[in-house]
Amino acid sequence: MRNLSPEGDSAAQDAQPVLTLDKITKTFPGVKALDGVDLHLFAGQVTALIGENGAGKSTVVKTLTGIYQPNGGQILLHGKPVRFVTPQDAADAGVTAIHQETVLFDELSVAENVFIGHAPKGRFGLIDTAAMHSRTADILGTIGAKISPSVKLKDLGIASRHLVAIARALSVEAQVVIMDEPTAALSQTEIEELYELVDTLKAKGKAILFISHKFDEIFRIADRFTVFRDGQLVGAGQMADVTEADLVKMMVGRAVDQLFPKRHAEIGDKVLTVAGYSHPTEFEDINFTLRRGEILGFYGLVGAGRSEFMQSLIGITKPSKGAVRIGDDVRVIRSPADAIKAGIVYVPEDRGKQGAILDMPIFQNVTLPSLHKTSKDGFIRLAEEFALAREYTQRLDLRAASLDTNVGALSGGNQQKVVIAKWLATKPRVIILDEPTKGIDIGSKAAVHDFMSELAAQGLSVIMVSSEIPEIMGMSDRVIVMRDGRMVAELEGDALSPETLVRHAVGINEQGDAA
Amino acid sequence: MTFLKSRETILAAAIVVLIALIATRFPGFIAPANLVMVFTDTSPLMILAMGQMVVILTRCIDLSVAANLALTGMVCAMINVAMPGLPIAVIVAISILMGAALGAINGVLVWKLNIPPIVVTLGTMTIFRGVIFLLTDGKWINAHEMSAAFTGVPRTSLLGMPVLGWVSVLVAVVMVIVMARTTLGRAIYAVGGNPHAAVYTGIDVGKTQFLAFTISGMLAGLTGYLWIARYSVAYVDIAGGFELDVVAACVIGGISIAGGAGTVIGTLLGALFLGVIKNALPVVDISPFWQLAISGAAIIIAVAFNAQSGRTKGRIILKSAEHAQ
Repeated sequence: MRNLSPEGDSAAQDAQPVLTLDKITKTFPGVKALDGVDLHLFAGQVTALIGENGAGKSTVVKTLTGIYQPNGGQILLHGKPVRFVTPQDAADAGVTAIHQETVLFDELSVAENVFIGHAPKGRFGLIDTAAMHSRTADILGTIGAKISPSVKLKDLGIASRHLVAIARALSVEAQVVIMDEPTAALSQTEIEELYELVDTLKAKGKAILFISHKFDEIFRIADRFTVFRDGQLVGAGQMADVTEADLVKMMVGRAVDQLFPKRHAEIGDKVLTVAGYSHPTEFEDINFTLRRGEILGFYGLVGAGRSEFMQSLIGITKPSKGAVRIGDDVRVIRSPADAIKAGIVYVPEDRGKQGAILDMPIFQNVTLPSLHKTSKDGFIRLAEEFALAREYTQRLDLRAASLDTNVGALSGGNQQKVVIAKWLATKPRVIILDEPTKGIDIGSKAAVHDFMSELAAQGLSVIMVSSEIPEIMGMSDRVIVMRDGRMVAELEGDALSPETLVRHAVGINEQGDAA
Repeated sequence: MTFLKSRETILAAAIVVLIALIATRFPGFIAPANLVMVFTDTSPLMILAMGQMVVILTRCIDLSVAANLALTGMVCAMINVAMPGLPIAVIVAISILMGAALGAINGVLVWKLNIPPIVVTLGTMTIFRGVIFLLTDGKWINAHEMSAAFTGVPRTSLLGMPVLGWVSVLVAVVMVIVMARTTLGRAIYAVGGNPHAAVYTGIDVGKTQFLAFTISGMLAGLTGYLWIARYSVAYVDIAGGFELDVVAACVIGGISIAGGAGTVIGTLLGALFLGVIKNALPVVDISPFWQLAISGAAIIIAVAFNAQSGRTKGRIILKSAEHAQ
């Protein structure tokens, strides 16, 4: 631990930071979200802000962009104290953020999105559409994005939307660019393009605050780091002076030995067979078998059709052809209820939207898909229902004052436990986890991986859809790679390597030519 | 603490305070017989509000309840005129089935054609009223044309309260059980609370909304007979605009317009609050125009309450704060 304390950040005294947070404190009723934190951003440098979920990173972003007012401390711009009372103040001072969930408008054109709030005005104060389009085209050109300024945002893919968000950030002559998990929704090639873009911004002398959970990208892109834990500053310094293990130790306050604690599980009989599964527009000819105790990874770029296939497998959308067998029995799955009966459950990627029902008590959330087991003729037997809910919440070590508490009052981690308890209570044979660790911190990630291993060890079959190569490599017994709606490879053992995964996913053959 | 803060407790206290204030100016208002009268007078509103509650819980709205009431009531009256000897039990059964069928039309349109509920029920509301006109050419059916049994049943006193009041009590008991103890009740809350999550747990969202509209229609049909019989008159515009009182009762009772939150007891109290205001103001000599203003103010205050309690409290970041809530 050299040079890791805030005082030891010697370079902070050498060069004048563009922007400094000096002992910033932000409290909410009953909660201290930031407790006297310091942060320095330098021109032409990328500072990575690292911390577990709830460490206070988002609060810093909101303080920097004028959404929150700090209760203590000050913000210095080129050494002079400034106050950002409104988001407009921050924008005027040249601080701009590209948010975690990009805030853009679907029904507006790219140019309107880029210039909303500061559109160039012509005569009579009306918006000068021509100027707006040509300036948007210029900005998109500088970041190498081939997007027409007049196309509507809703017609763009996720990666292009991010480019629009970046163009928007550049349109306000930013000095400080905040990127809040910009790669979360991007595929590997798109991430590479983003790195190049960050290098361009650095070369232009912008000070960049880069928030990410992914260590590989922090080490690839950042010059400096700052680590928060529970609203406090625990370390800052040069990336060159630290190792991955140092950072992890600072973040979690304890050493995480192994990220992927895959335990050996006995692989048994075949549980699920999928043959020739096809959909008119989304995927074609998916074939695989899944055995007891196996973890089957599904890798591919965003938009390769993995989630679409899973949603069809559990009856949300109808396949055009194909068959599903559980053991040796053919099952027709036309609705999620059919899938649950067949023992296949799906934990969706967007747990906030598709997971828990926040206005409902914990026990009712847990028993929702298995309510028929604790009821007769449509009448619920409360005692049995409570017993079922208690069994599975205890198994997941859910901490709550009472099972009568509404799920909305729980923390994010506990809400996630409620969702998983809900699916385990149906006693499934196959559990499909879609991006199980997306957007969660490293400590919780290890817990999810550990739990996944345990499920497999208990004889459950797991399908894991993931876009993170380390996770796929670390957890899967076997991996299916999808590209453009088709299965392009099935890899296991020695054939499974990060290079082969990426090659199949992007469609490059052994010689490196595009297939 | 949560009990004292709950919507139901606040609303019950408000009703008690309201009645106490009225009693200071007009002591006769709190005579048991008068309170029973107020309760009975509010019964149609309570029954309709319980149906509306189910619909609102599933993130829909039913604007056709009053028109359904008028059409079903008119058909019951016409049957009575044509066949005066038909037992009232049969008429009640017809009113429930016909109301359910009209509600099911709303439900099917929402479920199978994915038309927004406000548009569907605005349309059926107008159609139902139009059908009454086609059936009657705009003519009224008056008291002297109806049989004594037909008009007598809702007014028959049983243990000191008219049958109309007891019907609302019975419906309330059934609805409390349905909402709290059946898989259908649970599905209704789930669909309104988070429709996406409900789909993944195997609940058919459209079908649940269909059933909600059917329940609402069923109760509107039943109220149709009770209303026509009680007032002994049936005409095209009967109970015109009453759907807004029904929605108001739900909102005052704490049913979230965004769906998924609210209780039967809250709905009943919301309806009673409006009922007390409606019955008390003429007694204490306040103009009926004030009555509308007060009802309107009550709705806005209730919604402000909902918005306040629904405001997110910020994220829980400190571990120590998690259980301190």
